[in-house]
Amino acid sequence: MANLASTFAGIRSPNPFWLASAPPTDKEYNVRRAFEAGWGGVVWKTLGLDPHVVNVNGPRYGAIWGADRRLLGLNNIELITDRPLQVNLDEILAVKRDYPDRAVVVSLMVPCEEEPWKLILPQVEATGADGVELNFGCPHGMSERGMGSAVGQVPEYIEMVTRWVKANTRMPVIVKLTPNITDIRKPAGAAKAGGADAVSLINTINSITSVDLDLFAPEPTIDGRGAHGGYCGPAVKPIALNMVAEIARNPDLHGLPISGIGGITTWRDAAEFMALGAGNVQVCTAAMTYGFRIVQEMISGLSEYLDERGMALSDLTGRAVPNVCDWKDLNLNAVSKARIHQDLCIKCGRCYAACEDTSHQAIAMLPGRVFAVKDDECVACNLCVNVCPVEDCITMERMAEGDVDPRTGRVVSFDHADWTTHPNNPGAVAAE
Amino acid sequence: MDTPITGASSGTRGGITAGRLTPDAYAANFADLHPALDPHEAQVAADRCYFCHDAPCVTACPTSIDIPLFIRQIATGTPDASARTILTQNILGGMCARVCPTETLCEQACVREAAEGKPVQIGRLQRYATDHLQRQGAHPFARAAETGKRIAVVGAGPAGLACAHRLSMLGHGVALLDARPKPGGLNEFGIATYKTTGGFAQAEVEWLLGIGGIALSNGVAFGRDFTVESLLSQFDAVFLGVGLAATNGLDIPGIDLPGVDDAVDFIAALRQSDPGAVPIGRDVVVIGGGMTAVDAAVQAKLLGATNVTLAYRGPQVRMKASQYEQDLAAARGVHVIHEAMPIAVEGQGHVAAVVFDRLGERVSIPADQMLLAIGQRLDPDALPATQGGKIVTEGPGRTRTARVWAGGDCATGGDDLTVTAVAQGRDAALDIHTSLMS
Repeated sequence: MANLASTFAGIRSPNPFWLASAPPTDKEYNVRRAFEAGWGGVVWKTLGLDPHVVNVNGPRYGAIWGADRRLLGLNNIELITDRPLQVNLDEILAVKRDYPDRAVVVSLMVPCEEEPWKLILPQVEATGADGVELNFGCPHGMSERGMGSAVGQVPEYIEMVTRWVKANTRMPVIVKLTPNITDIRKPAGAAKAGGADAVSLINTINSITSVDLDLFAPEPTIDGRGAHGGYCGPAVKPIALNMVAEIARNPDLHGLPISGIGGITTWRDAAEFMALGAGNVQVCTAAMTYGFRIVQEMISGLSEYLDERGMALSDLTGRAVPNVCDWKDLNLNAVSKARIHQDLCIKCGRCYAACEDTSHQAIAMLPGRVFAVKDDECVACNLCVNVCPVEDCITMERMAEGDVDPRTGRVVSFDHADWTTHPNNPGAVAAE
Repeated sequence: MDTPITGASSGTRGGITAGRLTPDAYAANFADLHPALDPHEAQVAADRCYFCHDAPCVTACPTSIDIPLFIRQIATGTPDASARTILTQNILGGMCARVCPTETLCEQACVREAAEGKPVQIGRLQRYATDHLQRQGAHPFARAAETGKRIAVVGAGPAGLACAHRLSMLGHGVALLDARPKPGGLNEFGIATYKTTGGFAQAEVEWLLGIGGIALSNGVAFGRDFTVESLLSQFDAVFLGVGLAATNGLDIPGIDLPGVDDAVDFIAALRQSDPGAVPIGRDVVVIGGGMTAVDAAVQAKLLGATNVTLAYRGPQVRMKASQYEQDLAAARGVHVIHEAMPIAVEGQGHVAAVVFDRLGERVSIPADQMLLAIGQRLDPDALPATQGGKIVTEGPGRTRTARVWAGGDCATGGDDLTVTAVAQGRDAALDIHTSLMS
């Protein structure tokens, strides 16, 4: 078993799998169950000042599903903790005392003034918590009151509040970012400038999951009306991966620890976030869908992966970052063709319909429902691979150097050539 | 194979007798072979469809139902739209969903059969959609403007019903004539009870006739009450869907002994009765190798017969019953033997044993009832030209007599399946329409 012990922004945990600040970490009972199940740490659900907030008394969640009603996306309109501050503080103290090896980070959200931060930070520190996470991300409800994503959308506020917090606590400070912005590098940069020890992302995405076509109201619907919520779950993973990578590969932000969040469901998802620069990961929707026991699969899966490659956990973080580039830097000389492996083909014809109707007419339908790639038309777009129901039935095969691409008639070269030097690019620069 | 044979046999005494089982056992034994899917099951089943291009299941369907479309319509919560997709091609889609040998048609062609040996449950999904629509009561199709043309459709079985419905949709007036006391043909009289429960066949006919424009007459027989010529003098066209009303006999010593019955009659009697009232032997021998033989043998077992032997004269590969049906028989406890040529029936005043030649060996199997399921044939009175025991047709059911079309089991070109009969009736209707309107 690989050693999965993790140190993130100075905070130790036996594995890199934390539960994100959310309903699963709302109270002592849940967190104890999580630690018993094996989670390395938790970010306690966001605390605020008293009087505590209230939640709606109707549905808080909406969802979208894939085949077999597999939950793919979850939307929530739940606010921060709706319990008194002292109740939460007492419970955090008790849990941390009983689980000293686990990470307990406390999420905070108070008004955008220094005094409330000065008030709450010492109280959190007194619990023995390992760190704080500043909730600048929640896009619903609290943002209407000038908190959550209302702060996270203004880099100057992020920097200002982060600075206040750093000035008023010895604990590591993680700044949680909202994805409801145009360029994630700006708020990340502001957090760094304010002295943050790390950033975590993504928080949830503004969303309406569906509309009740009888009531003509958004879901979740309360008394005939609905408000936008925050979207999470497997559906948001690609958005989160990109934002993590954008920060990780930015030279100005290099070295800023990232806690990856967004649709992580399996060890593989976690490994992908880490490869793109995350030092650890936080999970919510998967736990809310399947319960806490999923962490066991994450632990065994990541451990096996690392063992098979002889890698340490620290070798994984950022390993894929050098390979994230701009489009203009992609090698235009790398020529591939789709290959349909007839022994795996079940003859559904989806590749044909997709290519014939919507792409490049590069798949032939031959007698006996044999589907074959027309190399002289195939641009290697990958759509056939993506729509094929059988994994590995269609693959992209790179052409060998010296072969002639039947589509272009050009001899395949293994020399790198990209848009920056392409003759069709008016701004092309001569190759150095 | 979901329904175990339950209930203690209250009557294992010899001879042919009713009431061998408890009422609960009869109810369990004759329940739906493939129960209806509930909405959740339908959703899960529909999710599995890949929406194939030029889908092999559609090609395999004799009525060319757009299966990927109707399944997608179920998956998106519009089962009535799904049913319209089905019924547009096959007005007896509800019955076909129950009785089609899907394992050799659409479900055999399903790509998920190739992928993982578990096809999409097309038949049960089709039933889900058609049941849903038929529960609404209203008929989904409207008639075109009256054409003034009148067509006689002879036989209210699958072919005749499909033909009559399509003709009515196209605006023609239809006289639907049937010799039996009830419409439905083999749907009503010829299919195993557990395949179409709850009076579905009659309900479906009633629903089908809801389109209007079809005048149904029962108890009027071809040859006795009318002829092709008499119909041609009154109608613009005639469609013959008379089925195969006569059954083949077996010319062996002792075949006239009491206790030797026709499997078709046995199945029909069971369909028209409470199972507890249908007499059955303790030791039953069924002769034949087709669907009718399996239906008779399985039902004999379900009625409480102790020993049921299904004897086929040829090798197993030549049996016309599908593998699924053969497996069903085996699972129900029917003893299936092959290469068994019946040569004599023995008994003193009643059948007591059936004697077979099994590859040169003389074998006697005790029997107090013997059911013959060795094929049906056309009642040949006054029909258009026949060949090989069927009415010769060309293209969409055209016989060699002008203005006369034929389809279903009585005509050449079919597979003796409900679904092919529906396709032939429908296509003949379209051809009649083209012919009358040009």
